[in-house]
Amino acid sequence: MPKAKVTFQDIGVSVTVPAGTRLIEVSEKVGAGITYGCREGECCTCLTKIVSGSEFLAPPSILEDQVLKDNMAPRNHRLACQAQIIGGEIVVKPA
Amino acid sequence: MVAAALTDNAVEIAPGVHWVGALDPHLRSFDIILKTANGTSYNSYVVRGENGVAIIDTVKENFADDFFRRLETVARYDEITTIVLNHLEPDHSGALPELLKRAPQAKVYLSSRAQMMLKALLKPTGEKPPEYIPVTTDDEVDLGGRTLRFLHTPYLHWPDTQCTYLVEDGLLFTGDIFGCHFCDNRLFNDTVGDFRFSFEYYYAHIMRPFREYVLDAIALIEPLAINLIAPAHGPILRHAPRDYVHRYRELATPRLFNEARSEKTLVVFYISAYGNTRRMAESLAAGAESIGGVRVSLYDLEGGESGIFTDLIEEADGLAFGSPTINADAVKPIWDVLSSLTTVNVKGKLGAAFGSYGWSGEAVRLIEDRLRGLKLRVPVEGLRIKLVPDAGELEACRDLGEQLARHLTGRVEHREIEFSQLQATPA
Repeated sequence: MPKAKVTFQDIGVSVTVPAGTRLIEVSEKVGAGITYGCREGECCTCLTKIVSGSEFLAPPSILEDQVLKDNMAPRNHRLACQAQIIGGEIVVKPA
Repeated sequence: MVAAALTDNAVEIAPGVHWVGALDPHLRSFDIILKTANGTSYNSYVVRGENGVAIIDTVKENFADDFFRRLETVARYDEITTIVLNHLEPDHSGALPELLKRAPQAKVYLSSRAQMMLKALLKPTGEKPPEYIPVTTDDEVDLGGRTLRFLHTPYLHWPDTQCTYLVEDGLLFTGDIFGCHFCDNRLFNDTVGDFRFSFEYYYAHIMRPFREYVLDAIALIEPLAINLIAPAHGPILRHAPRDYVHRYRELATPRLFNEARSEKTLVVFYISAYGNTRRMAESLAAGAESIGGVRVSLYDLEGGESGIFTDLIEEADGLAFGSPTINADAVKPIWDVLSSLTTVNVKGKLGAAFGSYGWSGEAVRLIEDRLRGLKLRVPVEGLRIKLVPDAGELEACRDLGEQLARHLTGRVEHREIEFSQLQATPA
C-alpha cells in the first residue's frame, strides 16, 4: 500500500501513514494540537494550516470548500476531519 | 419585574429610534446554564431614516406578537428596507421568519458566518432565503441621513455575532455583549432596579469563555463616540455607557497577576486515597519543574472546591489530573472540576492524566478522553501505576513531567513513528 508522511509541526512528530488516511485519524492519536468539534466538516473547529505538501491532500469536497469560504479560511488551510492524505510528505499545524 | 406592564407601544430611546422588544418576566433559567431570577427581555430596535426603516434583531418566537404590536406603532412593513441580524440565536431570530413574510422587500445584513445559520433557521418554513448581504467591519448601510456601520465581533458568544453602530447618533447595537438577563419595564439603566449582579453574572457565564474575542471587540468599540448602548437583553445603557465598555475590559483581562507570565504554567491537580497518586503528582511536578521555563503548581482537589480552581485553569498553559480508580471510574472531585469548565476557554491547552489503581485502572484513560473532548491536546500518554509506585515508577512520573514541560516550552525532540504504533494507544 502506498505510504505518506505527515508531520505535526506543533508537537514535532512525523507519522508514516497509509495513503487514504484522513488527518483526523492521526492527529488525535498522536496528541497534536488540532481540536475537533462536529467531526463532520461543518463547524470549522479543526481548521488546520497546511505548511507544506497541500498537493498531497485530496481536493476538498464541495461541502468542505463552502465551509472554508464561509469561515474566511486563508489559503492552504483545510479541515482536518475531512482532508485525506494521498501520498508524499505533508507538514501541518493548528490554524 | 416591577411596576405596571408596558403598553403595546414602542419606546423611543433616541429621536427616530425605538425599542420594540418583549419582556419575559417569568423565565427562571436560560439556555439551561443560567439562572434568571427576575426573567429577561428580548430587545429589538427600529431605526428610521429618510429613505427607509431598519429593524435591528427580533425576539424569541413566542413573544413575536408583542414585537409586531410595538413595531406597528412606529413603522409600516412596506417601509422596512433593512433587517440587521447581530446574532441569530433563536431568542433574537424567533420572529424573523414572520417578519420576512410581512416585509419581503427588506434586505438582510448579517455577518459572513451567520449565512449558514440563517439558512438553517429558515429551513422549516420552506421559504426561499431572503436577499442577504454578508457584512464586516466598516461596511455601511445608508438609511437616508442615518448610517448603520457594522463591526465584526465574532464569538460573542456565537461565531455569527456582530455589532451595529448608528453613526450620526452614536448608538451602538451590540447583540448579547453588554446585555444581561434582567427584566424591568423601566428599560433604561438609570431607571431600572439594581442589575449589576445580572450584568456580571451574564459576562461570567456567557462571555468569559471568549474573553480574547471580547478584548478584540472592545478594541473596535473603544474609539467610537458612544451615547447609548442598546444590547439584545436587559437594560438599555444610556447613562455612562462607556463605563460598561470599561467594565468589560476589566472583566476580560486576566484576573490574577501572574508573576510567571514569561514562563509557561503547569497546574497539577490530584486526589489520593492512600498517598500513591499524591506521590505520583509530586514526582511529575518535580520533573516538570526541572526542565526550566515552566512554573508548576500542585493542588490537592480534596483541599478545595471545583469552582475556585476555575481561575487557575483559565490561566494555565498545561493541566495534569491525577486520580485513583474507584469502581472503574475516576473519582467525583475530578469530574466536578472537569464538568465545570464551560465558563472558561481551555481549547488547545496541554492536558495529561495519571493515577494509581488497585485493580483495573480505568481513570486515566477516562480523564484523557474527557480532556480531548474539552479540546485540550493530549500529546503524552498518561501513567497508570498499580498500587504503590516504586522508585522506577516514580522516575517514570518524573519523566512524564519532563515531557509535559518540553511540550509546553516547544522543546520536544522530533520523533518519527509508524501509524500502526498509534492504533492501540496514544504515542
